[in-house]
Parts: sequence; structure tokens; C-alpha cells
Amino acid sequence: MLLIPCPWCGPREDDEFTFGGEADIPRPTDPDALTDEEWADYLFMRDNRRGRHREQWCHTAGCRRWFIVERDTATNQILGASTYDASP
Amino acid sequence: MSQPFRLNRGGRIDRHAPLQFTFDGRPIDAYNGDTVASGLLANGVTLVGRSFKYHRPRGIVSAGAEDPNAFVQLGHGARTLPNRLATVTPATPGLKVRHVNAWPSLEYDVMSAFGLVAPFIPAGFYYKTLMWPRRFWPLYEHFLRHAAGLGHAPDAPDPDRYDHVHAHCDVLVVGAGPAGLAAAHAAAHTGARVILADEQAEPGGILLSTCEHVDDQPGPNWADATVAKLSAAPNVTLLPNTTAFGLYESNLVLLAERLITDQPDHAGSEHGARIWRVLPKQIVLATGAHERPLLFGNNDRPGVMLAGAISTYVNRYAVAPGSRAVLFTNNDSAYRTALDLTDAGIPVAAIADVRSDPDGDLPSEARAQGIPVYPGAVVRHAHGGRRVAAAELCSLDGDPLGTVECDLLGVSGGFAPALHLHAQARGPSQWDPTLAAFAPKPGHGIHPAGAVAGELELAATLRQGTQAGATAAAAAGYSNGNEVEAPGANDSTQAPIQPYWLPPGNLARAKPQFVDLHEDVTLDDLRLSLREGYESIEHVKRYTTLGMGPDQGKLANPLATGVIAQLLGRDPASVGTPRHRPAYSPVSLGAIAGRHIGPLADPVRVTPMQEWHQVAGARFENVGQWRRAWYYPQPGESMHDAVARECLAVRRRVGILDYSTLGKIEVTGPDAGEFLDRVYTNAWKRLRPGRCRYGLMLGEDGMIFDDGVTARLDDQRYLMFTSTANAAPVLAWLEQWLQTEWPDLRVYLTSVSEHWSNIALAGPRSRDVLAAAGTDIRLARQDFPFMTFREGHVAGVPARVFRISFSGELSYEINVPADRARHVWEALVDAGRPLGITPYGTETMHVLRAEKGFIIVGQETDGSVTPNDVGLGRLISRRKDFLGKRSLSRPDSVRPDRKQLVGLLTDDPAQVLPEGGHVVDAPGPRRPLPMRGHVTSSYFSPVLGRSIALAMVAGGRATLGERLHVATLHDDRWLPVRSCNPVFYDPQGARQHV
Repeated sequence: MLLIPCPWCGPREDDEFTFGGEADIPRPTDPDALTDEEWADYLFMRDNRRGRHREQWCHTAGCRRWFIVERDTATNQILGASTYDASP
Repeated sequence: MSQPFRLNRGGRIDRHAPLQFTFDGRPIDAYNGDTVASGLLANGVTLVGRSFKYHRPRGIVSAGAEDPNAFVQLGHGARTLPNRLATVTPATPGLKVRHVNAWPSLEYDVMSAFGLVAPFIPAGFYYKTLMWPRRFWPLYEHFLRHAAGLGHAPDAPDPDRYDHVHAHCDVLVVGAGPAGLAAAHAAAHTGARVILADEQAEPGGILLSTCEHVDDQPGPNWADATVAKLSAAPNVTLLPNTTAFGLYESNLVLLAERLITDQPDHAGSEHGARIWRVLPKQIVLATGAHERPLLFGNNDRPGVMLAGAISTYVNRYAVAPGSRAVLFTNNDSAYRTALDLTDAGIPVAAIADVRSDPDGDLPSEARAQGIPVYPGAVVRHAHGGRRVAAAELCSLDGDPLGTVECDLLGVSGGFAPALHLHAQARGPSQWDPTLAAFAPKPGHGIHPAGAVAGELELAATLRQGTQAGATAAAAAGYSNGNEVEAPGANDSTQAPIQPYWLPPGNLARAKPQFVDLHEDVTLDDLRLSLREGYESIEHVKRYTTLGMGPDQGKLANPLATGVIAQLLGRDPASVGTPRHRPAYSPVSLGAIAGRHIGPLADPVRVTPMQEWHQVAGARFENVGQWRRAWYYPQPGESMHDAVARECLAVRRRVGILDYSTLGKIEVTGPDAGEFLDRVYTNAWKRLRPGRCRYGLMLGEDGMIFDDGVTARLDDQRYLMFTSTANAAPVLAWLEQWLQTEWPDLRVYLTSVSEHWSNIALAGPRSRDVLAAAGTDIRLARQDFPFMTFREGHVAGVPARVFRISFSGELSYEINVPADRARHVWEALVDAGRPLGITPYGTETMHVLRAEKGFIIVGQETDGSVTPNDVGLGRLISRRKDFLGKRSLSRPDSVRPDRKQLVGLLTDDPAQVLPEGGHVVDAPGPRRPLPMRGHVTSSYFSPVLGRSIALAMVAGGRATLGERLHVATLHDDRWLPVRSCNPVFYDPQGARQHV
């Protein structure tokens, strides 16, 4: 079980959350300007990183807010959580 | 029986509380405080099971959770429990205990013939040999599975109740031996909230098994006093009969608490269980150590027992596990057992010690008592069949030292810390040469204390426990100087252990030497595995099934590490140990399920009209969690008849459908239109209030995700309908975009699915029904045209009425507050009765929409279908961006040979195609035939008087009218069809506009 620190509700069991994949993949502002390869890269390619990983979570069974969790994918240790406002 | 092996004095049993349980129907006399195992031993029952593969006779080996043999079946009928250990099950009055894995009986096991051919069925035998002929494998497997039975499941639903408890604490102490009790005491003293869990019925652990003193009183007395103090403390929760069976991320620890009853009618000592999900701030591990067995020929004979277990039976249960003992050891602890036996009047005929010069305090004392000690000696093999009869001793060089008669052979190969929870917490371990075992590296989050930390001396264990408890409490925020002193005990000096893994040379090659008793894995199996190249201990495990039994290899794995290291000539540290996975001990499925059974396993959702449907005789179907009316058969009607009647009623007169399950999301705010523009393929900003529009929602990959009608309620308010199944996913999808990508949009989403019930009237007379039911909405065609929305009252209830149609007929979808829906439904049915109104269910709804070629997301689409594929390319706006748009121009999305929606008409109009049937150009001898597509929907259309089908066919739209064939699913026939426009009925769409 992961104890996920929701920025609004505090630490809660992972049962209450939905995973949303890697964070920091902004939607291209002008998709039509992208080549097929660039669009496919946005659409399909993910880093699958070992170690520190920024990822999106939603407190589905709680406040229903999305936020960003930093997790070590090798140890499952959660290193922190931040709201979208606070992210770069 | 009269308990011939019960000692006259001592033990923690209550001799004033006799009880009787049965083993295979035989009455067994015992006392309160006994386990099933100690009760059996007191009555001289040594044969408790047959082994898994060879069906060799097996006896009780240990006095705890590590036993590989003592698995029994408890109780009978609905309450029976398989896979329980006699060694940890408290004896209770009337308890029915049965052996497992022997047929027809324990004494005469037909399968033991396997034992005679054991040399011929090494590891991997079944899979190598019984593969041929391959078609016989199911037969072999059936036989093998029967042969390898491990108890049986209950024959009826379990009447007991199981629960899950969620708990938080500052310090969780696992294990209530000396280290655990000391730790709990020290932690509780600081005021920290403490949970102390122990798998045995009585706390005390090793203290109950030895004659050592703590704080100048006998160990058990100190344990009792400490437990009394802890029980009285308001900040301590004591959990006996509770196994910490798994440790997970965030240090979540799962405990299985067995609830013991002595009610004989339960005929099983457990009546249910609780799973505790504990989130402690700190964990003290005091899980102890398991004594290691030793290898010699026939080392599995009943009567071969761990030396420490012998001490436990003698001291704690006042039971003599035999009448004449031989001990075999490589360390000092077995000498303590020898002294315990001598004290109890049981002669010890010999101690074979691997070490050449055992000279510690204990060996000296044993010698002084006149016990014959054989230094530099080993047991070569055990004699005897269903019970040990003698031990054949020899020197390490193989020189015979004689055969010593005995019916009890105690072994001690040293102690291996029970690292399971430590390892599950990702705590690293290191090889400790003074233990010849892996021990935890210190300083890794959780606090090991006592034997699990490699400390086998009592005084040091008590100090370590006290220290760990205080440290854990301080780490949890309780460092208020309220520290307690560690309890005192005598320090003794022990001579070092001498690792002994393999009998030297060819000692005892002829007799099987078991590394894993439960799985019948022998030394020869390990040799074979290594010879065949499976050298990693994880490969050895998989090849031989080492440690895969319900005992999880607690005794076998630590032994195997040393054996493999020696066979490979490597350092045991580099061999390692198989991964320690949960569960540590078997946990009943009932406990894992808890209350999530029956109606609570998955909630059933019903609409406010559910009772009406039931009274009307509806058959129901499950749609996700919803229970929906499927069709309403009248007496004597088949499903086909009922659906045909309902379909024709809608086409000719009027039908009424409960469509409350549709997802409904209110999208409000100044930017709501812009938001819809981004998530739907078509344009929304210019939709006028009061109007409705059909929308398609795509994933970013361009594939259809959901569809439905959205109405503009007013300037800043839209109501979006989603498909029933996608109500929650669509809301989540919209929220994600709004929060993560477009936080600047002023849009608010509210799920109103259950607030508004939805009643659909469909058919040429639906306007008349609505008028008759009473409404203040003007219904004339020009006042309330197709694809518009009006607000008003229906049957006196505030209503939102949408003139939209999923049947192609004149239709109104009437949204009313759910608590008034039943009233409105009945008012509409009453008003429609003179007009022949007919309730219809989901099956008729599907036929009607298929006649119109309307898709259902998830039936025509499967996540790989674009709008153009289903002929809805006209809904794609060229003037704006929307989610998934860019993907529609990817090369794969514009292939001309993509599967496209077509209709199929069978040559035989009565033939209904199988849904899912493969579509091919023409049958032929070549298999597999190239597949053109598949049938997605198929029905008999009553209004057309023939079958219809929708299909996804590669390049199908460009070749309408072509000859195709559809495979039947079961009888290998090919049905000739022609493709056609997927709109079968009213292709101009005139009927919905009337």
C-alpha cells in the first residue's frame, strides 16, 4: 500500500486514488504544427524511469483533485507531493 | 486415551481443565493450554500426515508456525478449515481434527508406493515424463492433483463472519517473546500507543519453553507479570493468536487474528478471523528465529524433531515427545534440551556433536549428568518406518560409531532469524558467520530485536528489546525521559556453532535426505537442479519447488542456502535466500474477503422504478453495477416474443423505457462552451440555449471514447448525457483536463446522474401520452421541435424534457427528480394505457437503435475505432482543435482498408448472425482465412420481418452490396450475407421529426 499525501486532504491510502501516469507532459499548443513522429512521441512515449519519478495522481474517492507526486519507482518511497499551481 | 506421555508435573497446562478433541475420529484427551500437537504427543500419536509427493509417514517436527508436516483439517462442513497447523492450533473441546494428504487412511496410504520408486521421480519428473503423449496430460494432472491433495474446501458457505480492522499506532511490536515483551513494555512506558501481536495463544515465546529466569523469577512468571502490566495499560493493544503475515509499502502491516472459540457446535477452534491493517509509525520486529534441521538419511521419520521443540513440549506442555532420545547438533542449544529431558526423566542415549571439542557450559553440564557425548560425530541415518527406532552414528570421516536405539531424535543445526517481515520491508541482510545464517543489517528503519537480530542470549535479548522499544517510541515522538531499565537475566557463554550442511563424502547417499519436508525436496533434487544449470537459489526453488509449500520453507530455505553454497563451493552470502513473500502463514480466504461478500462484494444500483419493473414481471440484466429491466414477458411469452411485441409497440404506438442509468453531467461556467469545443469533435459555442446536439468524445489517440447528447440549458449551463457505463470515466476525463491542462477555464462539473431519473417515451403516440399525463410544456411540433429541450412540469413534477431519440421514433426523454420519478412513471403509464403504451427494456432498445444503425460505444467500438470508421466523419469540425483531432490524420487513421461500419443482410432472412462472428470474403480450404471483419450487433427486426446485423468490415463502406460470409461460432458453417447501408429502417430519419 502507498500512503499518498494529498495536498488538500493529507495522507490517505492508495485505494482512494487514481494513477494518471507521468507528469510534465504538456499538451502541445498547436498539434497541427507537429510531425506525426512528434505527435506520436507526445501520445505514446513515456520514460519509465527507475528512481525519482514525477507522476499524476487524483484523489478520486476524496477531494477529486489532481496533483503531482514524486515517487521513487525502485523503492516506492514517496518523496513529496505538489499542486499544479506550484509546479514549474 | 489416558495421556501416557503426559509428564506428572510442570507445564503451563491447566490440569483441572481437561478436554477432549478428536483426531481422525479417535478421542484425544488433553488439557486447556495444550495445542493440538501437544495433545497428540501426550497420547503417543506421532504419525500426523503423509508427505506431499512420496506419501512418506510424517510426524510433528516443531512447536510453532515453521512446521512442515503438521498441517491438518479442522472442523467439518461449512466451518471446516484446511491447512491449519496442529502446532499453533489451541486444543478446544470437541474440536474435530483430520489428517490431510493420505488415502484411504493415514496408516495405510496407497500412495506410499510412490516412496518405493522415489529414486525414479526426481524434481521435474512429472513435467519431463508425463508430457507424452501430450493429450493424456489432463488425465495425468487429474491423478496427480488428487494424489497431492492438501485438505479440502468447505462444502457450504461459511456461516462465520470475517472483518477488517483499520488501526494506527505509534509502535507495532511483532512477537511477544522476551524481546517483544521488553520492547512493548519500554515503548508503552513512554505513553506511545503500542500494538503487540503474537501468533501463539499465550504471549511469552521462548520463555515458556525454557527454564531460564528473568529478574530473578522463572521466565514464564516474568512473562505473565509483564503481560498483566501491558493489559492494564490503556495505550496498549494485545493481540494473541495473531500472525503478522505481510509487510507492505508505507510499512503497512497485515495481521490475521484468529478468533478462538470453545463452543463445540462450531467443531473448529476458530470462528472467523479479523484482518488488521495496521499503519504504525515505527515497527519493532521480535519475530525470533527458526531452528535449522540437519541432513541425514531418513531425516523425515516421525520422531525426528527440532531440539528446541522438544524443550517446548517438555517444559511448556509437560509432554514427553518420546521415551528415549538421541540428539544431533552443531551448537550448544541441544545440550539444554538434553538437560530438560534428563530433568523430566527421559533418558538421553547419545548426543552426536559435529564439533570436535564441545566444551561450553552446557556441554560440560550434560557430561556431568552422565549423558554420553560423541564429539566429531554425526547421525548417518535414522532407522525405523513409521517412527524412528534408532540412530546410526558415525564419525565425520565415516567411521561407524554404533547404532543407538531411540524413539526421539532431536536435531539442531543452529538458528536462522525469521527475516520475513524485515525482508518485505526491503531491509538488507548480511551473512553472519557466528550464526551461519542471514541476519538483518542494523539501522534500516524497522527495529529488529532478539533472535531475529541474531541475538540468542537471553540477557542481551532483553536489553536489545528494551532498547528497541525505547528507540522506536522516541522515533515516533515519545522521548520524554520515561525510560525503563532492561530486565535482567543470567549471561551464559556458548561455544561457537560449526556449520554443518552436507554429510561428508558419500555418507548416507543411499537413503533420501530431505531438505524440504513439506515439498519432499531431497538433497539429490538440489544436486540435480545444480547439475542442470539452475544455480541461482530462485531457479533452484522453481525447479525443485523448494520452499513452495504452505510452510513457505521456513525450515527448508535457511538449510538450502548452506547446502547449495557447499555444493557450488561458494560463500553462502553469495547464494542468498529465496525472496520472502507474504503471506508468512496461510490466511483463510474468508478473512481476506472480510465483509466484501454477497451483496457487499459489489454494490447493485437500481433506479427508483425498480419495484415497478419487478411487479410488471420484468427480467433483468446487469449493466455494470446497474440492474436494468431487460424485457417484460407476458405469460407464455418467450424472450423473442416479448421483444418483438415491445419493438412493434414502439414503432406503431408508444413505448416507455426507464433510461435513468444514463450518465448526466452539468457543465457550467462562462467557459463551458469553449470547454465542450475542446472535448467534443463538433462545435458547441454557437448552440443556442434550449437546443440539443449529439457529440462524440475521443481519446487523444483519436479513438471514440464516448458519445451522447448534450443540451444547452442556458447561456452558461449545459447538461451532458454520457453512456451508462462511461458516466464515471467521462467525469474523470473531463476533470483531469480541466485541472491539469486548462485550469484557466472557468468551468465547473457536477455529476447529476442520480439526481435526475430519465423516462423515455418513444413512438408515434408519445406526444399524446405526454399531453394526457398533464404538462405545461407546449408540445406542438413547431413549439417543441426535434433536438430541443424544454423545462416545465410533467404530471405535476418539475421536469426537463428533451426531444431526442435513440429509436428513430418521435420521442421525449423526461428528466425528473429521482424521488418523484416513480410517480411520473406511473402517471405516464396510466395516461398511455388507452393508447396501448408498452413498457420496454434494454433488449428492445438495442433492436430499435440497431434498426437505425446507431452505434453503442463498447459494442460497435472497441477503443480502436475513429469517427470516420463508423460513418460519423461529418461530426468532425475542421475549424477548431479538439482532443484527439491530430491523431485522425496519422497515417494509420486514414488507411482506406480500416474496418468500417456496414450493415449485413443474410440471404436467409430468418437467420440471425452470431455476434462476434468473423466476416470473410469467401469460405475456402486455406486456414486461417483472411479476416475482413466481425459482427458487432445482430438481431431479428420485427418491423422489417427479417434479421439485421451491424459489422465492422475492412474497407466495407466503399464496397457496399458485396458478397461476404460470416462464420458460425459452434458448428463450422459459413453464412452467406451481403453488406449494405447500416441504417435499415427509415433511412431519411423522417419519423423522429413528426
